[in-house]
This record gives sequence, C-alpha cells and structure tokens, in this order.
Amino acid sequence: MADTSAVEAPTQDPSSARRFAEFWYYFSENRGAVIGLVVFAILVVVAGLAPLIAPHAPNAQYRDAVLVPPFWEEGGRAAYLLGTDAVGRDILTRLLYGARFSLFIGVIVTTLALVGGIVVGVVAGFYRGWVDTVIMRVMDIILAFPSLLLALVLVAVLGPGLMNAMIAIALVLQPHFVRLTRAAVMAEKGREYVTAAQVAGASSLRLMFRTILPNCLAPLIVQATLSFSNAILDAAALGFLGMGAQPPTPEWGTMLAEAREFILRAWWVVTFPGLAILITVLSINLMGDGLRDALDPKLKRS
Amino acid sequence: MLRFLLGRLAVLIPTFIGVSIIAFSFIRLLPGDPVMLMSGERVMSEERYQQISHELGYDRPIVVQYLDYLWGVVRGDFGTSVVTKQPILDQFFTLFPATLELSLCAIVFAVVLGIPAGIFAAIKRGSFFDQTIMGTALIGYSMPIFWWGLLLIILFSGILQWTPVSGRISLMFFFPPVTGLMLVDSLLSGQAGAFRSAASHLVLPTIVLGTIPLAVIARQTRSAMLEVLGEDYVRTARAKGLSPFRVIGVHALRNAMIPVITTIGLQVGVLMAGAILTETIFSWPGIGKWMVDSVFRRDYPVIQGGLLIIAGIIMLVNLAVDLLYGLINPRIRH
Repeated sequence: MADTSAVEAPTQDPSSARRFAEFWYYFSENRGAVIGLVVFAILVVVAGLAPLIAPHAPNAQYRDAVLVPPFWEEGGRAAYLLGTDAVGRDILTRLLYGARFSLFIGVIVTTLALVGGIVVGVVAGFYRGWVDTVIMRVMDIILAFPSLLLALVLVAVLGPGLMNAMIAIALVLQPHFVRLTRAAVMAEKGREYVTAAQVAGASSLRLMFRTILPNCLAPLIVQATLSFSNAILDAAALGFLGMGAQPPTPEWGTMLAEAREFILRAWWVVTFPGLAILITVLSINLMGDGLRDALDPKLKRS
Repeated sequence: MLRFLLGRLAVLIPTFIGVSIIAFSFIRLLPGDPVMLMSGERVMSEERYQQISHELGYDRPIVVQYLDYLWGVVRGDFGTSVVTKQPILDQFFTLFPATLELSLCAIVFAVVLGIPAGIFAAIKRGSFFDQTIMGTALIGYSMPIFWWGLLLIILFSGILQWTPVSGRISLMFFFPPVTGLMLVDSLLSGQAGAFRSAASHLVLPTIVLGTIPLAVIARQTRSAMLEVLGEDYVRTARAKGLSPFRVIGVHALRNAMIPVITTIGLQVGVLMAGAILTETIFSWPGIGKWMVDSVFRRDYPVIQGGLLIIAGIIMLVNLAVDLLYGLINPRIRH
C-alpha cells in the first residue's frame, strides 16, 4: 500500500485528505496508540495552560508548609493537592510547569537531531564514495559511546545547564537519523522516478530533497517519536545527575535530584515527578508503536 | 571466517582511532587552560606552570601530543588521575569487576525473563497474556530507571526492610578481593552470611539495570518469533506431526534467536549508560559512578581515559557479537 503510493507520489500526489484518512484508519486500530495520543494531547494542553491552571507560583516557598503530604494522606492540605517539597513548594504546580520543559526539550532535541541527521544522511546516501565513508565513520564513532555517557561528558565540557544538555542529547541521537536516511536514500536512488527526474534535468539538490526525501519519511517519523521520548528521558537523567537543568528550575529530573535525600521520609516528593516522566514517555512510545503500524506496512501487526 | 574477522577489524580500528581523537581533543575544547585542568591545580607560579606543561608534554606540537597519547594507550598507559594520583588503568581494573558483576546479573535477569515472556506472548498472540506482557514491556521500555530505583528503595528498603539501600556488601564482612566479583569472593571467603549479604545488595540494582534490556529483549523475541512462526518450514514441521513443543522449541526458536542475540549484544551500551544511573543511586562502586564522580571532581584525565576504555569495551563486545552472529547464521558470512 505505502509502497505503491511511494512510487506514485512524485508524479501524482494522491489527495492528502485521503492519505490521512488511510493513515488514521490504521493508527486508530491500535488502541494503545489512541490512548497515547489522548494523553499526549492533554499534556500539551496542560503545558500550554500551566500559568493559568497552576494553583501556585512554581518557585514560591511556603515556609509554613514544608513536606506537606498529598491531600488524601493524614496531614495533607487541600491547598497542596500533591503535597509540597522540602522548601515548601507546591509539587503539583511544579509538575505542571515541568511539562513545559519536557515537551520543549523533546521538540528542540528532536528537531535538531532530525534536521541535522536528514541533511547529513541524504548527502551520504546520495553521493556515496568517500563522502559517505567519512560521514558513516564519524557516526560509528559517536555510536561507539553509550549515549548518556557521551552526553554527560559533553555537558561537562560545555557546562551544566538545560541548553547544553539539549545540544549534547541532539548530537548523540543524530546518528540514528543519519543511518536511516542514508539507507532509505540508497534504496530509493535506483528507482525509475529518480532516474526520470534526473534525465529531466533536476539538480542534485532538488533530487535529494524534493524527489527522494519525501519518499523516505515513514521510518524517520517513527524514529523521531522514539527520539522524542529518549530526549525527555536523557534530559531528565542529566537533570537527575545534576548536569541538566539547574535548581530551582521545575524540570522533572532536577526535581527528583532535589528530592533524593527525602525518599525514606516523604515518598511523594520522589514519586510524582518520576510518574510524570513515565506517563509522558509512555504516551509518546505508545504513539510511536501506532505510527509504525500505520506507516510501515511491512511491520504491520507483527 | 577469517576474512569476515579481518573485514570487521578494518572498520573497527579506524573507529577506535576516531574515538581516541575525540577523547584526546575534548579536553582542549574546555574553557580554560589544559595545563591547569590536567594538573588539577588552581594557582601556580610561572616556573611551576612551565615545568608541568613540560612534564605533561604540552609544549610540543599537538599532533606529537596526540601520537604520544595514542602510543601510551596502546601500551596500557592512560595517564593518572589528578585527584587520587593513581594510574587510570589501575583504578579501572579495581572498579570494573563491580560493574561487570552488576551488568552480568542484569543481563541474565533480562534474558531469563525476557525470552520466555516474548515466546509466550508470540504463541498466545492477541491474548490477554500477550497484551499484558507487551504492555508491561512498553512500560519497562519507557521507564526512567533512576526513578524506578528510588521507588524500589522506598518499597523494599524503606517499607519492607528486605534489602539494603546501598553498597555491595555489609560492612560486617571484610575479605581481600580475589576475583573482584562479590558473589564469588564472598563464597571463597567462607564467612557465614557473606554470600547472602552480597546477594541481597545485588537484587535491587540488578532489577533496575535489567529493566530496559528485559523490555527490549521481550519485545524483540516476540516479533522474531512471530516472523518465524509464519515461515513455511514451521508449517512443514507442524504438518509432519511434530509435537508443538518440538516445533517451537527447536525449529522456530533456533531461527528466532538470531536477531535476539544481536539485540542482547546491543544491550552492552544500554547497560553502560544504565550503570551510570544505577550505580549513582545505589552507591555502587563501579565505573559508572567513577565517571560521574570524575565529572564532578573535574578529573579530566579520568574522564578522558574512562571514555576511551568504555568505548573500547563496547566495540569489542559488538565485534564478538558480530562474530557469534556469523557463526550461528552462515548466510551473512559472505
């Protein structure tokens, strides 16, 4: 199905509405994917509306309410639904603001890795030869390091902070896009429609990005969702290690790092930020599975 | 086979050289003076600066410095830590067994649970069990393991008081390391309760580090199994009247395991990244914690050497997996 549309695509684009309907048909068949999409949509709304719906300011410290448990526990207060942390900040408020950071991290890192990976991958797959060899060796080198270790060291070089953490993670995730793009470009390059476009006098740049690339998008979209969740996880891990977003930023991983010493006294300061990370990552991964099913007929329902 | 091996090496060696260039040059990307950074000193006189610069060889051309570093690495000299003044390779060998032991336990945990779970899910495809196993696997795959570790500590160490919170063995026991693997050494020591203590310290870190590999292996086993179960030779085996146990256990499993073995091999990188977090949470004295501590102490020679050693290990394991893959799957040898 997608194979035929891939061949037809450059000559006559089937109406995008119909393609979307077909995509939605397969996507919605996967119950988990729909749940993931709904949860993710809620997260986006929550992140967008955080300043309006949060009951407190994210960094406001209430000295009379230190380590207050969630409202259903003994000693809990209705003003702090999920309790407060060690300096009296409202956890629910910080979680709502944290959603902004996580989604922002996911978007920026994925965009950086995707755009960089596509450009480099298309060039490698299109030109082959020594350009390809050099590019792929460099990617092999990046992949030889455990991603979190390389990101950690890069942040140590660049200096701790959210921005540098995002750059480091994007760099570490990028080789996957390069490899995928390159493989897809090499598979498409020999097809008739590319030769036809070439004979018709299309420039290299046009061949690479207008003719070939649109037909390689399916695996890239799936990889992008994977990267999105990985970026959130890695950024939280760096925050947890003290190398990502710095306190008092309400980033979920950083919140966990601050909460660590209270784990045996106040379970809520540890439980909720992690749960927020898990729910976010899980919803994205559920969507990713659904996207894979809907976009890649070869893997469908396997 | 030899040609296959040589082909792999031809790719591996340039990659390793690239890795060494990255490890070598990152120190020069740091803001600040490399002589100050590498010596770990903050204030020094001009003569002292010149002396250290000369001792470290920083007064020579950069290419010479790199070749010198590489030559040192080839001979096993990775430099010395600026904090402990110990040779880096010695430190590595002291700490590595802790990480090795934890990683081995984690991968065994992941394989022993993951492969049967994946097979079962594939056989009962679409059933309640399949959905539960795959749902759980997806949760495991999405798990922030640093949080997972803290949760397990709250439950098992805090509320139930079943397991210790950190370290490798209770301070009550002391014996000289023989293998460096605490489970083995505690048995060799012959002290009553030592093995039990070592094992109880390993439980939570093993679960935490093994969670993501477990999820990945279960998912991969299921999809590999489903693919194989649809093949003609499986249908033929069934048609011959072989028992379902034999069809699945022998005909299907042997072929389904090929991609699974690659997946298991690829977990080495996942384990090393996971070790950074797991060892930090459980104060596990291994190389993951070593790297994190070195980053905080700004012990740049250790970061440099550790990066190179860890990447080298991962590359060697991947090579071993490739060779194993070539052995069990003759199709790719050519």
